[in-house]
Amino acid sequence: MISADLSVVLPEIILSVYAMAALLGAVYTSKDRAGPLLMWTTSALFFGLAAWIGLTAGGEQTAFGGAVVDDGFARFAKVVILVSAGAVLLMGKEYMRRAKLLRFEFPVLVTLSVVGMMLMVSAGDLMMLYMGLELQSFALYIVAALRRDSVKSTEAGLKYFVLGALSSGLLLYGASLTYGYSGTTLFSGILSTLGEGPMPLGLTFGLVFLITGMAFKVSAVPFHMWTPDVYEGSPTPVTAFFASAPKMAAMALFARVLFDAFGAVPGDWGQVVAVLSLLSMVLGAVAAIGQRNIKRLMAYSSIAHMGYALMGLAAGTEMGVQAMLIYMAIYVTMSVGTFAFILSMEKDGQPVTDIRSLNMLSATEPLKALAMLVLLFSLAGVPPMVGFFGKFYVVKAAVDAGLIWLAVAGVIASVVGAFYYLRIVFYMYFGEQGDPQLNGTMPPVLWGVMMASAFAMVAGVVNLFGVEGLALSAAATLVN
Amino acid sequence: MDNLLSIITFLPLFAALILGVFLRGDDAAAQKNAKWLALIATSATFLISLFVLFGFEASDPGFQFVEEHAWLLGLKYKMGVDGISVLFLMLTTFLMPITIAACWNVTTRVKEYMITFLVMETLMLGVFCALDMVLFYLFFEGGLIPMFLIIGIWGGKDRIYATFKFFLYTFLGSVLMLVAMLAMYIDAGTTDIPTLLSHQFDAGTITIAGKQILGGMQTLLWLAFFASFAVKMPMWPVHTWLPDAHVQAPTAGSVVLAAIMLKMGGYGFLRFSLPMFPVASDIWAPMVFWLSAIAIVYTSLVALVQTDMKKLIAYSSVAHMGFVTMGIFAANQQGVDGAIFQMLSHGFVSGALFLCVGVIYDRMHTREIDAYGGLATRMPAYALVFMLFTMANVGLPGTSGFVGEFLTLVGVFQVNTWVAAVAATGVILSASYALWLYRRVAFGDLIKESLRSITDMNLRERAIFAPLVAMTLLLGVYPALVTDIVGPSVEALLSNYQTALNSAEAATRLAQN
Repeated sequence: MISADLSVVLPEIILSVYAMAALLGAVYTSKDRAGPLLMWTTSALFFGLAAWIGLTAGGEQTAFGGAVVDDGFARFAKVVILVSAGAVLLMGKEYMRRAKLLRFEFPVLVTLSVVGMMLMVSAGDLMMLYMGLELQSFALYIVAALRRDSVKSTEAGLKYFVLGALSSGLLLYGASLTYGYSGTTLFSGILSTLGEGPMPLGLTFGLVFLITGMAFKVSAVPFHMWTPDVYEGSPTPVTAFFASAPKMAAMALFARVLFDAFGAVPGDWGQVVAVLSLLSMVLGAVAAIGQRNIKRLMAYSSIAHMGYALMGLAAGTEMGVQAMLIYMAIYVTMSVGTFAFILSMEKDGQPVTDIRSLNMLSATEPLKALAMLVLLFSLAGVPPMVGFFGKFYVVKAAVDAGLIWLAVAGVIASVVGAFYYLRIVFYMYFGEQGDPQLNGTMPPVLWGVMMASAFAMVAGVVNLFGVEGLALSAAATLVN
Repeated sequence: MDNLLSIITFLPLFAALILGVFLRGDDAAAQKNAKWLALIATSATFLISLFVLFGFEASDPGFQFVEEHAWLLGLKYKMGVDGISVLFLMLTTFLMPITIAACWNVTTRVKEYMITFLVMETLMLGVFCALDMVLFYLFFEGGLIPMFLIIGIWGGKDRIYATFKFFLYTFLGSVLMLVAMLAMYIDAGTTDIPTLLSHQFDAGTITIAGKQILGGMQTLLWLAFFASFAVKMPMWPVHTWLPDAHVQAPTAGSVVLAAIMLKMGGYGFLRFSLPMFPVASDIWAPMVFWLSAIAIVYTSLVALVQTDMKKLIAYSSVAHMGFVTMGIFAANQQGVDGAIFQMLSHGFVSGALFLCVGVIYDRMHTREIDAYGGLATRMPAYALVFMLFTMANVGLPGTSGFVGEFLTLVGVFQVNTWVAAVAATGVILSASYALWLYRRVAFGDLIKESLRSITDMNLRERAIFAPLVAMTLLLGVYPALVTDIVGPSVEALLSNYQTALNSAEAATRLAQN
């Protein structure tokens, strides 16, 4: 029995054991050498596990009495998490080395947070949900403050920690209310309690607090305050990490709780999620207009994108979940490509984050500027780039579910949002001729990731690389 | 050849890829290669598109050269042309080599310039060929990206303001259309345009927030599409992006914008608004009429006081597009035929007028009307060409401009006499601003010192204008060339329109009894 349980969580066990072994090994060897090596092995392990999970398709399995669920939905999210985390680790290596931040703790902490994320997306129980979430968050608090001698970085870490602890508290309160009124921590148990009769008021409160906690993790408005500061303060490779895997994990967890535990009452949470989505889209679009720091700008951009992904969830249908998964897969790809570029922005060996420094990049670096152009138009959701299809799916799900007002607000917000992406294009293409502001060379890994991401944004228009079908079967396992 | 339309559509894109990948360097030889490759690619596209024109069965009102493949989410990659779209396809392929030849003097970032225009051509052709709603949207919106870059990189002094205004204005118009398209998709279960054309959208009155909405769902969808196409067209009062964009765009950009991109709005009205939402079109036609009439009179008056030649022509474009919208929503054979004819004619004439401005701008580097005068003495050939297109712009009988204006006015007269009367004054007003412009530029004494050494058109410029002159005169004296092809499709469209209106009326009467 126990061996069957353990085989379900084998990838998580492998990663945990690896993290411990790496920690021990690095402590007993020279720290300087362990860092670079661990970056490579960790990301190789991520890619290997992603291939393994992605290629060994299987039915739905549960372990530990239903606390861990391994279904198509979890596997889809895990593959996205592992691939993006692996890519981000590789991308950050050169930057970390130059900033003298290449300590062995970084890959180890990322590994632990990935374990947390994998548990989050396959949680079938409130306890497992909380443990996965906390494991992920703790590792993230520390990596945010990785640059110990920088005030901004430590501020980012502390701010993230304090607000994160608050949100965890709210989530825990919601979980205990839910437990109190349903008598079980299992999602399936909560679902059957809801099916028995009218929803008790306490359970509604529990649901709202749970949503609040998770909205904080996906940085949905009005629980987004930490995002710009943490994005700006953290070292850029860490920011790139924040903008990819944890978003996917938190969004998948959101879907998991709403559908697995509260799937019987979509009317009760649909409106809450719809409002979160609306506020995120609008604030993300408007607040980024004044930003000149590209990291802060990307923070607001991610808030807006989470709003669109939530639009899919707000629909409360299988199509909505499919749309959310496609949106997240596309968003993570774009985000990783954009951060590959941001990581390469430097002048005289110093990292630069001011978007004005991109002045006339198209004259000095035509190919890079073109790839960035594609990524920006994709982020803005302009066809024929793939980013448009992400919006297309979520808007369709929303219209299908009768949320026309949300769809209209979303597309109008996307026009406002297009302005700040266009402004970066403006600096890259329409500026005045002058001295090149950026003079760093782009490491081959960054170049490769950026080009691959930009290429995917154009070539994906043919069939989205089959993500549509995968997301559909993943959504089907969650919703029914 | 069952994928002829795809070949035509993607040939320019293919050429752009070759240009982007294989052409290196930025010296004079590389620039020349880029220009020649672009010219050859666009000319080849035109020649191949002739197969479509000659193979087109004019008496068949349905879609021809149809090709279809499965795509994402039940969408389809479906291309095809009917009598309405085939001529726009031809207009685009015909004008693109001329446009490329017109930017022969560009020296900054030539390779990128050519690539952008080639990509632009693919996207424009796609708009007219697409038979899937989302595919149409993809091309329709995608066209904004190259135009944004063309104005922003190669434009004039205030190009940044102009290009942002252009992009955001048109983008805002279009996103509402996207929501409407999704609502249609969900209602009809398909995005296939031929199927949607025969689908009846619900037109029963609905109540939203205590307000009764006549025409129900059709009205809402119609308004969403109207937001997009009216901006693109552009109709008064959402035309303000056009003068800015035109003035700042480089000559070739203005030509593409005026001659082809504006036609997407009219094409959209004909492809979506009129046939798919007949009841709503009928309800809202008076509003369109009056907006068009205001556009014709108001923008003509505005054109009268312009000091910048390009701005003047831009405002005159808005006025001419007023005839188009009016003709379309008159919903009779003369009106719609005239609207299509007016769009094609305007494609040739306004394109040629922008090229005329380009010719003297290249020499004097100013577009101020006051900077010129008496050009007829130094540039007789130019004065002749400019006069011909000025007359065509005014709508002189014998030029293509006359046929379109006359037909649309006849069409509207049958539906709404007052609007026709107001719009007819636009013909006089257009004569006043166009002729006055011509007098100030070409006639009078050559007193400006700087103009004494100006040279007449060279061989390249004459070669550019020759096909435009030929088309303007040919369509002017033999309009049946267009109406024969357009006629059957328009007839089918209008008979469906009438049937849908009658059945909706019958349904309302039934509901009242």
